[in-house]
Amino acid sequence: MIAESGHYALVLALALALIQSTVPLIGARWRDVALMNVARSTALMQLLFVAASFVALVMLHVTSDFSVANVYENSHSLKPLIYKITGVWGNHEGSMLLWVSILALFGGLVAAFGNNLPLSLRAHVLAVQAWIASAFYLFILITSNPFLRIVNPPIEGRDLNPVLQDIGLAVHPPMLYLGYVGFSISFSFAVAALIEGRIDAAWARWVRPWTLVAWIFLTLGIAMGSYWAYYELGWGGWWFWDPVENASLMPWLAGTALLHSALVMEKRNALKVWTILLSILTFSLSLLGTFLVRSGVLTSVHAFATDPTRGVFILLILCVFIGGSLSLYAWRAPALKRGGLFAPISREGALVLNNLFLTTACATVFIGTLYPLALEVLTGDKISVGAPFFNLTFAPLFVPLMIAVPFGPLLAWKRGDLLGAAQRLTAAGLASLVAIALLWAWTRGGATLAPLAIGLAVFVIVGVLCDLAERTALLRIPLSISLRRARGLPRAVWGTAFAHAGLGVALIGIVCETTWNSEYIGAIKPGDLANVAGYQLKLDGLTQRQGPNFREMVAKFTVSRDGEKLSVMTPSKRNFTTRGSSTTEAALLTRGASQLYISLGDGSADGAIAVRIYHKPLVLLIWWGPVLMAFGGVLSLSDRRLRVGAPKPARATRTLQAAE
Amino acid sequence: MTLWFVFALMTVAAIFAVLWPLSRGRAAGTGGSEAIVYRDQLAEIDRDLAAGIIGAAEADAAKIEISRRLLAAADRGERETPPQSNLKLRRTAAIVALVGLPLVAAGFYLTLGSPRLGDFPLSARNQGADANQPLANLVAQVESHLEKSPTDGRGWSVLAPVLSRLGRYDDAVRAYRNAITYAGDSAERRADLGEALTGAAGGVVTSEAKTEFGRAVAQNTGDPKANYFLGLAAEQDGRKADAAAIWQAMLAKAPPDAPWRPLVQAALLRVGGASAPALSDGAMAAAKDMSEADRGAMIRGMVDRLATRLKQNGDDVEGWLRLVRAYLVMGERDKAVGALTEARQAVGNDVERLRQLNDGLKNLGFDG
Repeated sequence: MIAESGHYALVLALALALIQSTVPLIGARWRDVALMNVARSTALMQLLFVAASFVALVMLHVTSDFSVANVYENSHSLKPLIYKITGVWGNHEGSMLLWVSILALFGGLVAAFGNNLPLSLRAHVLAVQAWIASAFYLFILITSNPFLRIVNPPIEGRDLNPVLQDIGLAVHPPMLYLGYVGFSISFSFAVAALIEGRIDAAWARWVRPWTLVAWIFLTLGIAMGSYWAYYELGWGGWWFWDPVENASLMPWLAGTALLHSALVMEKRNALKVWTILLSILTFSLSLLGTFLVRSGVLTSVHAFATDPTRGVFILLILCVFIGGSLSLYAWRAPALKRGGLFAPISREGALVLNNLFLTTACATVFIGTLYPLALEVLTGDKISVGAPFFNLTFAPLFVPLMIAVPFGPLLAWKRGDLLGAAQRLTAAGLASLVAIALLWAWTRGGATLAPLAIGLAVFVIVGVLCDLAERTALLRIPLSISLRRARGLPRAVWGTAFAHAGLGVALIGIVCETTWNSEYIGAIKPGDLANVAGYQLKLDGLTQRQGPNFREMVAKFTVSRDGEKLSVMTPSKRNFTTRGSSTTEAALLTRGASQLYISLGDGSADGAIAVRIYHKPLVLLIWWGPVLMAFGGVLSLSDRRLRVGAPKPARATRTLQAAE
Repeated sequence: MTLWFVFALMTVAAIFAVLWPLSRGRAAGTGGSEAIVYRDQLAEIDRDLAAGIIGAAEADAAKIEISRRLLAAADRGERETPPQSNLKLRRTAAIVALVGLPLVAAGFYLTLGSPRLGDFPLSARNQGADANQPLANLVAQVESHLEKSPTDGRGWSVLAPVLSRLGRYDDAVRAYRNAITYAGDSAERRADLGEALTGAAGGVVTSEAKTEFGRAVAQNTGDPKANYFLGLAAEQDGRKADAAAIWQAMLAKAPPDAPWRPLVQAALLRVGGASAPALSDGAMAAAKDMSEADRGAMIRGMVDRLATRLKQNGDDVEGWLRLVRAYLVMGERDKAVGALTEARQAVGNDVERLRQLNDGLKNLGFDG
């Protein structure tokens, strides 16, 4: 009964979505309040049904009902409860159900909290949202139905891919999906604006919280995924430029650009048409990401779905939505009113620069990800575009962007003073030079670029502090007044500061990890010593242990430094008999922001075991940075005030240029 | 019946969600507007000015800009046609909800759903086994006991052979491992573990299984099961001479009344020359005394009988696999391919069986 009710709830959600995608549009066309309000109640009811459907699937997994094919294929009665639950979205069908659940959640939130929206805009937004939902309900029901049954249920399930039996997986996909799918709201708003044929600063005000929420979750989701890859895959790497990772990075880059251009739009009523285009592109890239991961066109860790009908169906959805929205854009955008004016050197100008670099970076990733696929389709050659390509293209784009970051907040709206901003950043520049000089002296003969990159990161972080000092008039007025001013600063300003500082922090982590990473790779026997970066690791012994649904070999290492015993690390290798596969559980020892990392390889007949031991200096900063960014986003989100960009009044006549 | 009742309730709720706003007419709020946002922005500037965040000159410039936007928005608001109610459209929408929605839902559900299947949660199934499957029930009881006290080595060593016999090799492997961990290591247990591993791999002595047999022999060089399977491993690796050597050594040392004698002798014959599909011990013993031609005829007869049986009842995946293996061993590849095609047709409607078949074929190293 649970299975069939869940299935029926999903079907009803589709039926409601179909109504929600048409009736409100007709209502908006004939200006009928009741018809427009249908969008709201159907969106809420749709959320209720999808949630019921999702809960039903979770219950089926928890009770190990192997008469449901999805449960049989991805669960096992001996799996710990937490992985029975997370296993729901550890497989294709379940994760698509999570996808639509989150889509319905966002639709329901707009319906519930969209009281401040004009009626027709809300009707349009929810209708567009329902188009997307209908397409994906159809996709799930027809090609990847999680509620299909087995008439003679087997007694035991086939277990979840062991790599995915990890707490990281419990959090990573929902976060990522909240990000991906969250951008559907800004997409729906953009399409609604195009249908209505009008757009203004108020629009940006309404979209802001949704974009921000999506961005926060996407940031955390990517960071989480990267950390999961770092400790679970056992390679010690945290970013592989894997197409699936790129698929999440592209919407993030576009979404970051959108966040900044929407800011210009809300505050200054400029860059309107561009913002609409970015909204469309960001969600299109999210859809593309879904296609890449879910269709199985890529063969990587994440692509556990391989079924051509699915691929073709998603491709169809992709073409209809991206093609349709871009055609609508091409048709309606010229009719939209142009926005405000600003000088090239101004806050707006700086944000345009940010957008240019971010979108170019996004395009680079796009090419690097899709070119091999296109080539394979056309000529059948299989090539892989790896880290060298991205390091050569992505890094040069990010360097000028990072240099520009501290300047942006210091420039005035409408017309800015670059020289003045540069003077105010003197302190940051000096700090960065000192950092470079110190590092050069310390690591003489080492990498040349690393100190420069760290200098850049220091510049960004101190630049943020300079901006805050400027706003609170620190050192110019008594400290107590400065502190009071700091408290009075809008939380959005603090949000910007945290987000930008997070960027610098992450950069320091990346540079330190890649440059001063030391490793020990070799086979060692119990009793042997390994020396890595001043730490002595002694292998005490190997033991076998039986877990709930796996067997593991645990190695015990005693870590000491200068003869003083620090800790015991126990990396292990797990064997999952049901699937006949194994995973490595790396052991991590955190010292400040640095980590020691041990992962086990294969054992040999003479009792030795292959180990990889890394010392990764300041590696944790890589993830603290995004967390800081997300925290900045939360601060900005909590700032419910309106954003007004007070323009700097012209002192003399200057030539201004149109925004678009 | 309850299921249909629940479905009906859900459908009514869905229809209600569409009809409710339609019945409310103009009473619902008319929503926000741009003008409100701009008015709030103006208030914001005053607050910022008071807090000293922006200067007076900037505040004035911003106010002028926003006022302009406010005027434009108000202008637009006036030009817009006021909301109106369109009864005809509302009725149409209501009819769509009342008729279309249940139709779409029923259409999709009846083609995709299986309303006749109830739930089969694992807990309910274990209890259901009570009446007609005493063995399964017993196993379930022991299993639930071991779930609570997983360090009971005796429990594991009792459970493991039963699981192995039931064909639940994966669980048997786990049980043997636990038995070894908690009840102590022994040659027999290692050999049994290896056998279960072999069973899990569909009869192929995997390297993992081989390791276990190796450990068994290390503890007791004479362990018959481990030795037999080590020979089998050698045979499967294509080292027939090694296999024969192992088995001959076994027979040489074995007491004359050892129960496994016929099995090893048959195996020895297999690598020695004539090849046979899996035969029962009795048949093996009989085949031993026959001439080469007679034995060939006997084997052929058995294979043909198997083929006929499978033609009548094609549900037996194991049978099909045995047949394919037999043809392969007899060197009749064409017949093997034919049998495979028939097998696929016979079990084709059943995804689960087809998977078993394919897995089995993979183990045979034959993907015709």
